[in-house]
Amino acid sequence: MAGSRGYVNRRLHSLLGVIPLGVFLFQHLTTNYFATRGPEAFNAAAHLIEALPYRYVLEIFIIFLPLLFHGIYGVYIAFQSNFNVNRQGYFRNWMFVFQRITGILTLIFIAWHVWETRVAVGFGWEELNYQLMEDILTQPFFFWFYIVGVLSVTFHFANGLWSFFVSWGITVTPRSQRIMTYVSLVVFLALAYIGVRTLIQFAYGI
Amino acid sequence: MSEEKNITLVITRQDDPESEPYKETFSVPYRQNMNIISALMEIRRNPVNADGEATTPVFWEMGCLEEVCGACSMVINGEPQQSCTSLVDQLEQPIHLEPMTTFPVVRDLAVDRSRMFDSLKKVKAWIPIDGTYDLGPGPRVAETKRQWAYELSKCMTCGVCLEACPNVNSKSDFIGPAPLSQVRLFNSHPTGEMNSSERLQSIMDEEGIMGCGNAQNCVQVCPKGIPLTTSLAALYRDTAVESFKSFFGSDK
Repeated sequence: MAGSRGYVNRRLHSLLGVIPLGVFLFQHLTTNYFATRGPEAFNAAAHLIEALPYRYVLEIFIIFLPLLFHGIYGVYIAFQSNFNVNRQGYFRNWMFVFQRITGILTLIFIAWHVWETRVAVGFGWEELNYQLMEDILTQPFFFWFYIVGVLSVTFHFANGLWSFFVSWGITVTPRSQRIMTYVSLVVFLALAYIGVRTLIQFAYGI
Repeated sequence: MSEEKNITLVITRQDDPESEPYKETFSVPYRQNMNIISALMEIRRNPVNADGEATTPVFWEMGCLEEVCGACSMVINGEPQQSCTSLVDQLEQPIHLEPMTTFPVVRDLAVDRSRMFDSLKKVKAWIPIDGTYDLGPGPRVAETKRQWAYELSKCMTCGVCLEACPNVNSKSDFIGPAPLSQVRLFNSHPTGEMNSSERLQSIMDEEGIMGCGNAQNCVQVCPKGIPLTTSLAALYRDTAVESFKSFFGSDK
């Protein structure tokens, strides 16, 4: 069938955002949350993940390739849209705009975050431990950069989960879509709390 | 009449498809229960602008005058809608009239909605019953299904949903909600259902269902109250199933 590439790419884009990227986000934030139990607990959790067998395969196929595809194709999708909330100021239209804005913010944040942590550790410039994150997050600029980044990521995931449920034909009726809106709001608040709480721990030690 | 009242119209005009648009203001005597069409007819009767200069009459399209043909859609005070059912009494003055931006302008307020009719052909929005002999009566339709399918059949291809959609624009090939909803309509018909795969395949590309970004403006602005986002979500489900069927293989 000619011209199905656009269709398959969009389907893949929608799928990858939740599986595996959403699952990984959940795992990543949970591991980081160990920081609230102190540096030793965080180091133990981080080293457990670091020491997983065939880690490079896991990283490449569960994180980096899906991330690159979702990120790059997402920019293409975002720039195909015309924002018109000035004319149609409906709730879902605002969510549509925020989804695209937070998508771009997320891409910038993750690119920097991966460079500063995974790449730096990979090249041996830094060591993966509590100290690394504490050094970054005690700088006021980077603390706020991470706050914006974490809120963007968690919003983008939660609202994306709502779209995922529509795009895969799970929530069809207006009622199911409305209830899913509340569910996605709870997901956003929960993940944002986990993320921001961890950042505060690294930055202020409380 | 006790006193003369006038209404003011600011109209975005364009002399031909290639020329630059410009605004012209008109002052038209008020009558009771006026709609936008009757105001435009008044300008046509006496084509003089608010400065008292003679000008060309404003051009627009109209057909049924009762919101079933879709021809008279335009952007009225920022909202895409039909000019026949837009009542002057309910609008803030001055009233701004603009052509819809999603479609090429023919002249003044008239636009060329051909792309929508091309899309209806693309998605095969019909039921093929032609043959060499009489096929007899088709299968019966369940009453519950007839009721919701009837709502979908109210679409008049007016273009308002495309105008409100952030993903229908010159940067994307998305065909918009209206023709997609027609796929659901014809696939729900017991005879049309026999070609449901073909219709679903026709929207599984760059221009089709996945071009939707779930901004859901379409359902808010549709003048006929068609549950467009429900249609789109149903098609998301149907195309997902169709993808599995065509890729992994199953009975056609």
